[in-house]
Amino acid sequence: MTHGAFPMTPFLKQTGKTLFSLALTFLGLLIVTFIIARVVPVDPVTAILGERATGEQIAEMRAKLGLDDPIWKQFGIYLWDVIHFDLGTSIRTREPVLEEVGRYFPATLELSTLATIFGVLFGVPAGVLGATRPGSVFDQFTRLFGLIGYSVPVFWLSLIGLLLFYGQLGWVGGPGRLDSMYDMMYDMKVPAVTHMILIDTALAGEWDMWRNAVSHIILPAGILAWLSMAYISRMTRSFMMNEMGQEYITTARVKGMPEGRVIWVHGLRNTMVPLITVIALSYAYLLEGAVLTETIFAWPGLGRYITDALLIGDMPAVLGGTIVVGAVYIGLNMLSDILYRLADPRAR
Amino acid sequence: MTWNEWLLDPNPKSRAQSRAGQAWLQWLRFRRNHLAMAGLFITLALVLAAIFAPWIAPHDPIAQSLADRLQPPLTPGHLMGTDDFGRDILSRILYGSRITLYIVGLVILTAPVAGLIIGTVAGYFGGWVDAVLMRITDIFLAFPKLILALALVAVLGKGMENAVLAIALTSWPPYARVARAETLTVRNSDYIAAVRLQGAGATRIIWGHVMPMCLPSVIIRVTLDMAGIILTAAGLGFLGLGVQPPDPEWGVMISAGRKFLFEQWWVATMPGLAIFLVSLGFNLMGDGLRDVLDPKGAR
Amino acid sequence: MTLLSVENLRVTFDTETGPVQAVRGVSFSLGRERLGIVGESGSGKTMTGRSVLRLIRPPGRIEADAMVFDGQDLMRLPEPQMRALRGRRIAMVMQDPKFSLNPVMKVGAQLTEGLRQRDRMSAKEARTKALAALEAVQIRDPERVMEAWPHELSGGMGQRVMIAMMLIPEPDLLIADEPTSALDVTVQAEVLSILDNLVKTRGMGLIFISHDLRLVSRFCDRVLVMYKGRVVEELAARDLMQARHPYTQGLLNCLPRIGGPRTPLPALDRSAAWAKE
Repeated sequence: MTHGAFPMTPFLKQTGKTLFSLALTFLGLLIVTFIIARVVPVDPVTAILGERATGEQIAEMRAKLGLDDPIWKQFGIYLWDVIHFDLGTSIRTREPVLEEVGRYFPATLELSTLATIFGVLFGVPAGVLGATRPGSVFDQFTRLFGLIGYSVPVFWLSLIGLLLFYGQLGWVGGPGRLDSMYDMMYDMKVPAVTHMILIDTALAGEWDMWRNAVSHIILPAGILAWLSMAYISRMTRSFMMNEMGQEYITTARVKGMPEGRVIWVHGLRNTMVPLITVIALSYAYLLEGAVLTETIFAWPGLGRYITDALLIGDMPAVLGGTIVVGAVYIGLNMLSDILYRLADPRAR
Repeated sequence: MTWNEWLLDPNPKSRAQSRAGQAWLQWLRFRRNHLAMAGLFITLALVLAAIFAPWIAPHDPIAQSLADRLQPPLTPGHLMGTDDFGRDILSRILYGSRITLYIVGLVILTAPVAGLIIGTVAGYFGGWVDAVLMRITDIFLAFPKLILALALVAVLGKGMENAVLAIALTSWPPYARVARAETLTVRNSDYIAAVRLQGAGATRIIWGHVMPMCLPSVIIRVTLDMAGIILTAAGLGFLGLGVQPPDPEWGVMISAGRKFLFEQWWVATMPGLAIFLVSLGFNLMGDGLRDVLDPKGAR
Repeated sequence: MTLLSVENLRVTFDTETGPVQAVRGVSFSLGRERLGIVGESGSGKTMTGRSVLRLIRPPGRIEADAMVFDGQDLMRLPEPQMRALRGRRIAMVMQDPKFSLNPVMKVGAQLTEGLRQRDRMSAKEARTKALAALEAVQIRDPERVMEAWPHELSGGMGQRVMIAMMLIPEPDLLIADEPTSALDVTVQAEVLSILDNLVKTRGMGLIFISHDLRLVSRFCDRVLVMYKGRVVEELAARDLMQARHPYTQGLLNCLPRIGGPRTPLPALDRSAAWAKE
């Protein structure tokens, strides 16, 4: 038997390794965004000073922006700034990018978190039930439902959703996070604690406003949840099929355990191990998948921030947003890695 | 001897016969999967529509006719109605299939090839080459795909070629991973050693002996990715970063129809249905192919 | 006294290329004795063992004229009653503890699961019983093993845990499916003697499935030899070396003997006719 004297040590060591590799990945991300920033055809000097600047002004600005330094030095400065949470200044608003991103990000986070919660709540049971009755009507139905989720263009689905549930049926609120009536009251009555509208309104006890916010978020979150569910149910099904064929499942049955316990305790606990990575991946995917949805639902999130900046050539904002999304992505990867090792005793 | 007997002969006389027999068996298995056949049918319809667009489209896809603007579907002469410039939507969708196929074609000719080269080189040489190449792959994998594509298009400028480039640049890493994994399994096999002993160089071994072994799994991935490519391309078009109007790209058409969503719903709905149908077709076909070619990886 | 009698058992798998019969009309009966089933891989011996527990999953199907355990026909028993038999009265030890123990459940939780869930026993009582069971399979440090994860156990240790787990409810019949094949040779004897002891002292019936003729002849009272889903010969274990059936003789001839001639071992002669008898 191999009982380590300090069972946590290998775990910490592995976590350290993961951290190191993620730091490298983040460095790579910065190199890529730096390269993108340097080859951008929009000249940053002209972007700031406008077309009619004199040669003298341009030279002065180039020196100020450090564009005359050697490239490695420019990258060093860039790296230094990013590490010190300086992502530059938005050309459009002349505000620090990080501050703006901080304001926009919670809306995206709220949307994709809600969607992931729905996706897991429906996707995991659907996958498990499909795997335990392969070929059944239920299984066929979830497979098809999932395939449709995979195949449908999310921006189009959003438009159709708006047309149907808002335009025709009037069941949900339209674009935006609140009706315009509440929008005005919001800034006055609700203190911005988390910048997430459902949480903040609940904390302030503004239940009318909360209900209105729910009616607005339910459609975009539901659409994203469909995508997430498509992915999660499909992976759950395949993992579960694999686990249900394992010998320990037979052991549980030999012990006389009811089928429900065999499936939901023995099978699912083992399925959860690889599933953690899948859920994290789908969460990360929703964070960026929200780009298109946000554009349509006028959702003041990061995706919309980036696309808006993109259309007017505000590169610091685009790249800053990209770095933040990338960092969150990397962070989620790390989190799933750690959770994976916590869930699987063999990996500890 | 009938064709069927020749194909299913348990004792094939030649390598070609055995290969044809294998393919025939796989086709028989594929054919039993109704959903996969539906996918194949949709894909064939797309290809036919792209080839014969000029002959089957009732109208010129670009020609404007302001007198006929925003006609609802089933109007005589305009089965799917017209858009805000009076252009026939059905004709635009038919011509749009050419753009879609062109984009998919360009991406699957570039990204998998790049991934294949990087993956096989990394897997064959191992050591620091492997470490560096796979680190780069990991970095690209860690990127949010759509956002990286957006940033790239912002740098390269709008337009179809740049959209293709951006999609290709963001979609090669999974192929590199797959190719590397396959390479690792064949690298130390005896027949590779035999080729090496005959004096073949690394390039020759990789090109002639390793890459063919990686092809099947890469091809499976490509079929499964095609729907994703279509959706991303349409998304870029929708955001105004891909194909530019007045070209009848489906994403662009949806974006144009957005303004009249509540009054003239068909303008945005019809091209969206086309995207959905085609990407569903690719997904169904890819699923079926994977079940046939790689029963173990069925997920 | 007959504990289990099986008549004309058939296991069929419906595959893409038509039905495949894994077990074809096997009959045997068993008292509180040790019955060995031997055969090559694919001879249907594992399927026969699992059929008794009715644990063949679709696309597999079990059919039998009768399969009577202690007066109850297992073929006609509804699933809940069948479940009540499993574990409590009929148990099974499988080949490799690496796969047969749940990797994400602590050993203690797996040992007590049956007692807690099936017999609604209190946590404390179940724990005491589990510790006693671990001691019965000669595990020296049961407290520690209770807290261990399956992957932290060696193969021999894992198989002892498995035996302990299956013997806790004191079943009347134990099916041991190649219980030592995955273990090191040095550990095999130890695990076998533990198993032997427990079976003897508790007076239970045992179906011992193995491909190892010598092991079976030493360990069992009676032996069934299976080939391609059929029983080709049934004989007392001590007479095994005098087997009459050509297949059994063939199997015996393939065993290397210390001090025997140094000629190559003969290849097994398989005749399709035996499967049709």
